[in-house]
Amino acid sequence: MKKGEKRNEMTMRFLSRSANEAFARTAAAAFIAQMDPTVEQIYDIKTAVSEAVTNAIVHGYRDTLGVVTMTVRLFETGLAEIVIRDKGCGIEDVHKAREPMFTTGGAERSGMGFTIMESFMDGLTVRSRPGKGTTVIMRKLLDVKQQA
Amino acid sequence: MQLQYELREGRLTAHVSGELGHPEAIELMARLSRMIEDHLPGEMELELSGLEFMDSSGIAVVLQAARKCAACGCRFWVEGTPAQAKKVLTAAGIHRLTHIR
Ligand SMILES: Nc1ncnc2c1ncn2[C@@H]1O[C@H](COP(=O)(O)OP(=O)(O)OP(=O)(O)O)[C@@H](O)[C@H]1O
Ligand SMILES: [Mg+2]
Repeated sequence: MKKGEKRNEMTMRFLSRSANEAFARTAAAAFIAQMDPTVEQIYDIKTAVSEAVTNAIVHGYRDTLGVVTMTVRLFETGLAEIVIRDKGCGIEDVHKAREPMFTTGGAERSGMGFTIMESFMDGLTVRSRPGKGTTVIMRKLLDVKQQA
Repeated sequence: MQLQYELREGRLTAHVSGELGHPEAIELMARLSRMIEDHLPGEMELELSGLEFMDSSGIAVVLQAARKCAACGCRFWVEGTPAQAKKVLTAAGIHRLTHIR
């Protein structure tokens, strides 16, 4: 995916409190709105961010409180890149974790978060090390109007 | 997230509105579960027309309500699903397991 010149970037750090899930997805959607994408694309990003941030909070920092970092980069080509990082427990087997319906969360969860990130975004990379944490990188090419 | 419900002629209708993420889903699962046990309706409609946002946390809510209803011999379906929630449920294949309108 061609990135092109960077137009804008923001980073936020927040504690792994559940209340920050809604805050983070709303902030990402508001930041991306400056690219003037379609309403559906804003919702796709809001949904994917909600999945990654919720995972960091409920799985990464399951029994602890930690810091979640979210960076959003916007490029002139219309590419949006979102990086969500935690320093929590990490994932033993990323390949297995990405399979539909795989969950360690019991009946409370459906194991469909990664499946949704994959289908709502154009690219998904997951890097994780047990005991070190997890980084999720998502990319989406937005339909943006040409700037004058 | 707000939950309102009505019981009419054996049909339990649960109206869910607002944003449905992980903390709201935990609360909603407990409340719907209790509602089904208390009323043992003949049919249950999960009415989502007021839903502004839902992520995969909502999938567990739908699946749990469907399972609970099946165990009680109660017909279950989802009604008034907004486009964003429908996209989430469809991506997860839930439309193949329960009726979503
Ligand atoms: N940031 C993370 N840190 C540690 N483990 C994670 C992280 N993200 C995901 N996982 C692991 O990967 C599994 C699959 O994640 P996924 O989001 O697909 O499903 P889920 O969170 O279990 O359920 P759902 O998202 O449908 O509510 C999780 O159950 C968890 O074991
Ligand atoms: Mg998840």
